[in-house]
Amino acid sequence: MNRFAKSWASAALSLAVGIALLFGLPGVMDDYTLIEVTIYAVMSILGVSLAFIWGFGGILCFGQAAFFGLGSYTYAIAVMNMGDSTVPFLLAIVVPALFAALLGYVIFYGRLSDVYMGVITLTVTLILFNLVNSTAGPEWRIGSAPLGGFNGIPAIPTLNWPGQQDEVLTPKDLFYVTFTCLLLVYLGLRVLIASKIGRVIVAARENEQRVLLLGYDARVYKLFSFTLGGAIAGLAGCLFANWGAFTSPTIFGLAQSAQIIIWVIVGGLGTLVGPIVGCVAIQWLSSQIGTQQAFNSNLVLGAILVVFVLLVPRGIVPTLGDLIDMAWRRWRKAPAPAAKVAAPAAAPMEPPRALAATETAP
Amino acid sequence: MSTPLIETRNLNVRFGGVHATRDVNFTLAEAELRCVIGPNGAGKSTFFKLLTGQVKPTSGQILFRGQDISKMQPHDPGRLGIGIKTQVPSLFNGLSVWENVWLSARRLNSTAQADRITRETLERVGMHAYRDVTAGLLAHGMRQWVEIGVVIAADPPLILLDEPAAGMSDGEVARTAELILEINRRHALVVVEHDMNFIRMIARKVTVLHQGAVIKEDTPDRIMSDPLIQQIYLGKKPH
Repeated sequence: MNRFAKSWASAALSLAVGIALLFGLPGVMDDYTLIEVTIYAVMSILGVSLAFIWGFGGILCFGQAAFFGLGSYTYAIAVMNMGDSTVPFLLAIVVPALFAALLGYVIFYGRLSDVYMGVITLTVTLILFNLVNSTAGPEWRIGSAPLGGFNGIPAIPTLNWPGQQDEVLTPKDLFYVTFTCLLLVYLGLRVLIASKIGRVIVAARENEQRVLLLGYDARVYKLFSFTLGGAIAGLAGCLFANWGAFTSPTIFGLAQSAQIIIWVIVGGLGTLVGPIVGCVAIQWLSSQIGTQQAFNSNLVLGAILVVFVLLVPRGIVPTLGDLIDMAWRRWRKAPAPAAKVAAPAAAPMEPPRALAATETAP
Repeated sequence: MSTPLIETRNLNVRFGGVHATRDVNFTLAEAELRCVIGPNGAGKSTFFKLLTGQVKPTSGQILFRGQDISKMQPHDPGRLGIGIKTQVPSLFNGLSVWENVWLSARRLNSTAQADRITRETLERVGMHAYRDVTAGLLAHGMRQWVEIGVVIAADPPLILLDEPAAGMSDGEVARTAELILEINRRHALVVVEHDMNFIRMIARKVTVLHQGAVIKEDTPDRIMSDPLIQQIYLGKKPH
């Protein structure tokens, strides 16, 4: 099975599992557990947004929480002013996307290096945190929505079915919407990555200079992936505000930004499913640790990250994939790919066709 | 006289106190094959970087089919039709051989056309059997051929090859020379190379760079018998 067939087979398997979970979980889970699974799905969308721009675009963004927070606050403010949630839902995607586009334009068209990329995105996140954190007074409001400062915004109206303000989503509906969004984001990104645009984005990660020499404007592709990542994080932010009917400046915080990076590292950089696995595993573990007093949860999470970086640097999903691949080959008794690749240096060269043509020419 | 494919007029580049390119006037006709030689530090790679927009000239002009390209963005020369194989093979190491060539072919072609061009190009450079191998895992000589494939898949009128035979065995050098002559049937080439035997195999005209300036342009035999060139390039004193 070549790499493309394998890639699409794994995508089909992931989608099949996703669809099974979408229709299966509400039947077997009580409402409380379903609500908990919904937040896992929300955070998974956030994780996938970074997985795309970092793992495929090669852009290490320390500020994915900024777009997440912007999506959350945009939805909260807009829905409190408008009532109907249809436009606020769209604004929660568009506003972070525009913010990402503006930020990305400065970074990519200014040809700033990766280090500055990290510094700028982290700084912007912290600026937003401090900005929103200091809007506690009653004078800080946009229309009828008080910003609430460090207290956050409570009682955010939940999504309603498009155009029907009175038809508010139940927790089960929210699960369906959130999980469907996750599957659509996953499927959309898989299709994008397989397209010409996606291949150029990945190529720019591999060797930006070569992309330029081929005549592709790498800045456009990087800006596109960064903006799309911002839009997806904004969508996650909107769903987060719906999940708890609450948002606060802590979602702009350093801890939130760091957590997204940890999900991607633990799950597997360069995959889309990996960060979902990493996100769910870490979130579940955090909630389990939170129920006991023996260990500090941050200490345990820090230890897990160190262990993964040192012992499983490729992350859960790629490592599992390698193990399954190895077991499959052993079962089929086929030669390992490494043997095929190591051979070229010593193997007799196949002459270029040009040579053969010249040799036979009169 | 027809417009040259590429022409430089009084081209200069300074990096701080270093004058890397000095008043270079260089002209290449359509479908011509030219070799550029010079000792280390003569400015050959800088000259290629100028032609491909990786370095901006301090003064002077670069004209591609009469159009001034000296102030263009780094991706513009590739769009106009200038392809380059760099000194150290510059590939997408994490992608397969197929994808490396396909990305080059796909820029101007549909997916179906790009698939066909990629298949033909890989057969042309003798790398079709390795189409699914990750480029970063290939041996050096093969990486050179894949990169040549990446360049010719875009079908550019001008191809720059920076040391295409470096690190190859004698057999591979001969094959590469044949490949270059075959490419020259349709494309103009500028080839930077150190290997004099290789240059004899392919060149009809050679340009000699020294300390950033063009000091001579002539046939390979005359260049190699020139006492001044022997002194500065081959390290021999004139008799």
